[in-house]
Amino acid sequence: MAESKTVTVNFGPVHPAAHGVLRLILDLDGEVVERADPHIGLLHRGTEKLIETKTYLQAIPYFDRLDYVAPMNQEHAFALAIEKLMKVDVPKRGQYIRVLFSEIGRLLSHLLNVTTTAMDVGAMTPITWGFDEREKLLDFYEEVSGSRFHANYFRAGGVHQDLPDGLLEKINDFCISFPKVVDDMETLLTENRIFKQRNVDIGKISKEEAVDNGFSGFVLRASGVPWDLRRSQPYDSYEDFDFKVPIGKNGDCYDRYLCQMDEMRESVKIMTQCINNMPSGEVINRDTKIAPPKRAEMKESMEAIIHHFKFFTEGFHVPEGEIYTAVEAPKGEFGVYLISDNTSRPYRCKIRAPGFAHLQAFNLLSKGHLLADVPAILGSLAIVFGEVDR
Amino acid sequence: MSSPIDLVVQTISEKINPIDVKVINNQIEIIIEPRQIISSFQFLKDSSKCQFRQLTDIAGVDYPDRENRFEVVYHLLSFKNNLRARVKVYIDEGSAIDSLTSVFPCANWFEREAFDMYGIQFNDHPDLRRILTDYGFEGYPLRKDFPLSGNVEVRYNEIEKKIVYEPVKLQQDYRHFDIQSPWEGTTYKEEEQDGNGGK
Repeated sequence: MAESKTVTVNFGPVHPAAHGVLRLILDLDGEVVERADPHIGLLHRGTEKLIETKTYLQAIPYFDRLDYVAPMNQEHAFALAIEKLMKVDVPKRGQYIRVLFSEIGRLLSHLLNVTTTAMDVGAMTPITWGFDEREKLLDFYEEVSGSRFHANYFRAGGVHQDLPDGLLEKINDFCISFPKVVDDMETLLTENRIFKQRNVDIGKISKEEAVDNGFSGFVLRASGVPWDLRRSQPYDSYEDFDFKVPIGKNGDCYDRYLCQMDEMRESVKIMTQCINNMPSGEVINRDTKIAPPKRAEMKESMEAIIHHFKFFTEGFHVPEGEIYTAVEAPKGEFGVYLISDNTSRPYRCKIRAPGFAHLQAFNLLSKGHLLADVPAILGSLAIVFGEVDR
Repeated sequence: MSSPIDLVVQTISEKINPIDVKVINNQIEIIIEPRQIISSFQFLKDSSKCQFRQLTDIAGVDYPDRENRFEVVYHLLSFKNNLRARVKVYIDEGSAIDSLTSVFPCANWFEREAFDMYGIQFNDHPDLRRILTDYGFEGYPLRKDFPLSGNVEVRYNEIEKKIVYEPVKLQQDYRHFDIQSPWEGTTYKEEEQDGNGGK
């Protein structure tokens, strides 16, 4: 008389393996997931609405608070959108610094995600090693921007300030020592029997399904689609750098893990090239009034004072138009659709978060898997609720 | 030999009969009629010349002064041509457009978001619920006539021992700086709403 009966389980909103505030309604048949319905929006802060009421300069800090494990990558997309609308160039040094810190952001995100996912499936040590390295990277963030997380460092036209003395040497030292940490971490995970049992063939998704479901970034690449915006639609100076794009084969949790590990190695390569070839010169475009005047200039020139005042009160005006720009953020394609109406505030700023599309396919990915696989799948997608809920 | 982008634009203007096609900043912008939405997207996805295989995003935009108030903007990506396209549809407040979920499965949540934020209705959507806002939320927050502070605020009521919703009470009025004429001073929110913490 065994009659199948589904039980509905509420997973979250406060659950350590939910990586934030996710409420999952799971219909379980025994231990098997029949249906998963993610309820999101518990961290919705109305970022898009707030940005509409702020000047372009005031809007930048909101981007730090989207994917808060890799803040500068989000600012990058917004800065590029403004630059394209205003048709301004970024000095080479500014571009290289942005590339350098975007790659640091990628490391920050992958380190956090790989290690916390490993902890969700039972490996305790990687998180302690990974967070050690993250701490060093956050120190670099702090040195350039004064803030460990909410950097507010990228600007339309470049970056806020030049690098402090000696920072490049420190980052270089990090780049030399870091690959060893990735290798060590791999010895704990990659061939680990338990880790493989928990990840191989879990949450599998084919190439076609991944494309249809709007996947991007390493989640798409793990399914075998060779697509990286840094390579196919290079922004800033990514075309100058030599790096590989790791591609997976099976599209399961394990391949997503491997892609992230390899991407970390490639990011270090890009960072090393950045440091070795760092151009000199300005870090922000000073010809087009999208940067505040220098302090020394303000001591002597009335125009500079007026410019400074107008820059920080009224803000710079962006000509009418609309643009969609995307960057290869650590988690995938992070896009900004910006509509300007020739004032100093955006008319509309739609944020395209990669995690939103990934989480949408959660039902597809988890169907037929065990309840215990739910955290493994969730972790492998690198969900961060700051960007999903906006 | 024309460039791939021209070829795609030519194909689109011949085959789907759009209201307008143009290329801005190396991105194709297509404006179509709401009724031809399904067939157009099917063509854009399947035609060998276009191959816009991925729907990247759907954005609603609100222009309260226009006759057709809402603009629904679909962002498409073609891996093969390395091209992006943006398809626009104009609709007014009362009408609905067809859901794209049959063509692109990922339209599901994007359309739910547009519905949640703007109140745009989608026909044949499998599950048109609110997505980002609170359970039981009223209003459409990204419309231009929705106040930034919202209409209700939430707190825990010690007497009733539960979460209660109350109209927003601001301790300080929002200040609107008219930056175009800084010498005329600032205008404050209507002061007739006394009792709302106004001066």
